[in-house]
Amino acid sequence: MAVSNDTSDLKGGELKAGAQAATAARLSALFAGTMGPLIGLVLLCLALTLTTDTFLTVRNILNVLDQITVLGIMAIGMTLVILIGGIDLSVGSVLALAAMVMGFVAHPDYLNLGMPAGIVAALVVAGLCGLVSGLLVTVTKLPPFIATLAMMSVARGLGNMITDGSQIVGFPDWFTSLSITRHFGFLSVTVGLMIVLAIIFAIFLNYRATGRSLYAIGGSAEVARLSGIPVKSLTNWVYAICGVLAGLAGIVLAARLDSVQPSSGLGYELDTIAAVVIGGASLSGGVGSIGGTAVGVLIIGVLRNGLNLLGVSPFIQQVVIGVVIALAVATDTWRRRSQ
Amino acid sequence: MPPDPHYGESPHNGLFVSGLCKSYGPVQVLADASFEVRPGEVVALLGENGAGKSTVSNIIAGSTKPDAGTITWRGKSYSPASPAAAIDAGVGMIHQELKLLPDLSVAENVYVGRLPMRGGRIDRAAMNAQASAQLKRLGLDVSPERKVRTLRIAAQQQVEIAKALTLNAELLIFDEPTAALGGEETELLFKQIRKLKAEGMSFIYISHRLDEIAEIADRVVVMRDGRIVARHERADIPVRTVVEQMVGRSVERMFPQLSPPGDQTLLAVENLSSPEKSFNNVSFSVRAGEILGIAGLIGAGRTELVRAIAGADPISSGSVRVAGKPVHLNGPAAAIKAGVVLVPEDRKAQGVVLDQTIGENLAFGNFDHVAPKGWVFPKAVQKFAEAGISRLGVKGKPNQAVSKLSGGNQQKVIIAKWVSRPPKVFILDEPTRGIDVGARAAIYDVIADLARSGMAVVVVSSDLEEVLGLSHRVLVLSRGRQRGILDRSEASNVAVMELATS
Repeated sequence: MAVSNDTSDLKGGELKAGAQAATAARLSALFAGTMGPLIGLVLLCLALTLTTDTFLTVRNILNVLDQITVLGIMAIGMTLVILIGGIDLSVGSVLALAAMVMGFVAHPDYLNLGMPAGIVAALVVAGLCGLVSGLLVTVTKLPPFIATLAMMSVARGLGNMITDGSQIVGFPDWFTSLSITRHFGFLSVTVGLMIVLAIIFAIFLNYRATGRSLYAIGGSAEVARLSGIPVKSLTNWVYAICGVLAGLAGIVLAARLDSVQPSSGLGYELDTIAAVVIGGASLSGGVGSIGGTAVGVLIIGVLRNGLNLLGVSPFIQQVVIGVVIALAVATDTWRRRSQ
Repeated sequence: MPPDPHYGESPHNGLFVSGLCKSYGPVQVLADASFEVRPGEVVALLGENGAGKSTVSNIIAGSTKPDAGTITWRGKSYSPASPAAAIDAGVGMIHQELKLLPDLSVAENVYVGRLPMRGGRIDRAAMNAQASAQLKRLGLDVSPERKVRTLRIAAQQQVEIAKALTLNAELLIFDEPTAALGGEETELLFKQIRKLKAEGMSFIYISHRLDEIAEIADRVVVMRDGRIVARHERADIPVRTVVEQMVGRSVERMFPQLSPPGDQTLLAVENLSSPEKSFNNVSFSVRAGEILGIAGLIGAGRTELVRAIAGADPISSGSVRVAGKPVHLNGPAAAIKAGVVLVPEDRKAQGVVLDQTIGENLAFGNFDHVAPKGWVFPKAVQKFAEAGISRLGVKGKPNQAVSKLSGGNQQKVIIAKWVSRPPKVFILDEPTRGIDVGARAAIYDVIADLARSGMAVVVVSSDLEEVLGLSHRVLVLSRGRQRGILDRSEASNVAVMELATS
């Protein structure tokens, strides 16, 4: 493209416009493809503010944030996996397995090695689960759907084997207070953790070479490989990180419930995938962002909360969430085609 | 161009296309297109990409609706609402990307959608017998029960033709039928076209291979920018004339002047073999500033050879040295680090991430340069991209999606990705495949510049003229074996083909 730059004042104007365009580009990069979902979220909040007295209260908003921590932390890992064109169906089971491992290692009735050891063990086991899924994809060449479906079953079974299916109840007060005590009057440790993780991974995906490489892998794994990007090892890492984050979500859930049970997290993988997809990510890979996923998680959280406030039955809630998923992806597809 | 003076002069029962127009938004892709196809003749439709050939064919085959214009087919007004309606009227199209179901049998593919039934069940015996008869008519000896996936591309194409025949097609539109075929397979296809022609079938034949046209077509219609710019009553017109009509200007100098190569050997390949023996015991060297062309028929092992040198595929034995240093070929990353880069054969599947921007695509191979400490900043990517864009003359902006670029500009993006490193060995596999004739010259200039800047350049191409016009020396492969290296002075069409077919 030929850009005329024969007059200097014209050039200055162009530079300024260029800088503005760059800022706009940066903003749009952060929320790439999330304008639609963001508008949806705002409309949803407006509607709930008008139809209920309780939605727009500090207390309720804090409630929503507390309720989405588990989903939010898992959705970060799922975003990475979906970005590289994969899928992880095992996160719900890995969450349960990690929580059971933590309970087993830490609880006085079992190994009684203390909470720190329990948490570390849980994260290691969850990371290993993810790594195995990754290796099944990269080495055994299983489709991600199948590899993680297998892991979903294996992790759930292992979680049940630890205590033969029974739950472990009662953790130290400091642990449960992580999700209850609101520091500075508003921020629990678990919500803070979710926000910090979201920021770290948003920076990673936007500004680190490795993060950008994930977009290349999702766009075309062969192009990425021929460009010298280590596709296999990055894929392994992404599944391992997704596993660790699912394990972390399991620990957060344990703090919220003051117990761990092998049946927890059933169906969470679908909520997580739904949040990422509502946030504008493409299941074929290469498109998506943490900003978008945050919006997707908030839409699901606000929707659940609002429907509860309106006294809508949980069964109807399921129907509504299904309709929202279809609508979100349909509008996105329609918008893309019209471009 | 004025209307065809002979248009409709000889009333016949074939196809009359008259005044077809089509616009997408403000872009007119087809303007007042008129031509005819008589029964029993092959009309070649020529033009660059975007000239409107596909739009015309899609309208005739029922998958696109025109804004204006009429078609008469077999004496009746014809405006197919869908491909199915076109097929019912006896008009079929064989697409460049074959539309077959790879895991079904040949017979099932031929009869899909109208499987012969008996007593509520598929009559497999009848289906196989009928399919077999159609395949025989094409001179094809393939079991109707074989899965399509196991057939070669050429045989798959025959299955598509057989399918059209069973649909009683009387007009077949071929879109680049020989793009994926070797010499013998092309001959077989032409034999079949001639046979069906003799039975009264008509063909519209779209191709980029101008040399084929003289052999197979009866008449030629040339399109440019959505308009028909020339009609030739015979097909044996000089290639140069046709090319000039296609690009709308005279093609003075297709190939750039080559500079003499330097002395230093940058790439030395010794006794290289692949595990599948797709190439065997290949040895050659390329000096700084030299362009080595690799010629051979499809399946000769050219692509496999250069992919292996670029670390994309494993080797079983042999060695590669770059500027004297041995390269451990265990992946593209190692080869790139040693200074060997590849512009792959399949631009869209292997070269660029279509949905991402030019800037991103350029950054993907160069994070070590764009992000020295691992931090990628949009400004740095933008700056890097602008440098690459201006160096290669890409018509586009850093934040533009690569899918919006023409093939030639996409190819320049891939070259730009590597050129700044700078590499020592630059390998280009089919650098002008699917690129407009007019845009090819620009790519040739870029390739000559790469050599001039001191790189060793390797060019693989199925276009013999391209290899001859662009190379200092030509290496000829045949069935995985190295048949010889010809110097520019001794490399001619005949000499290369003799080796390639040996």
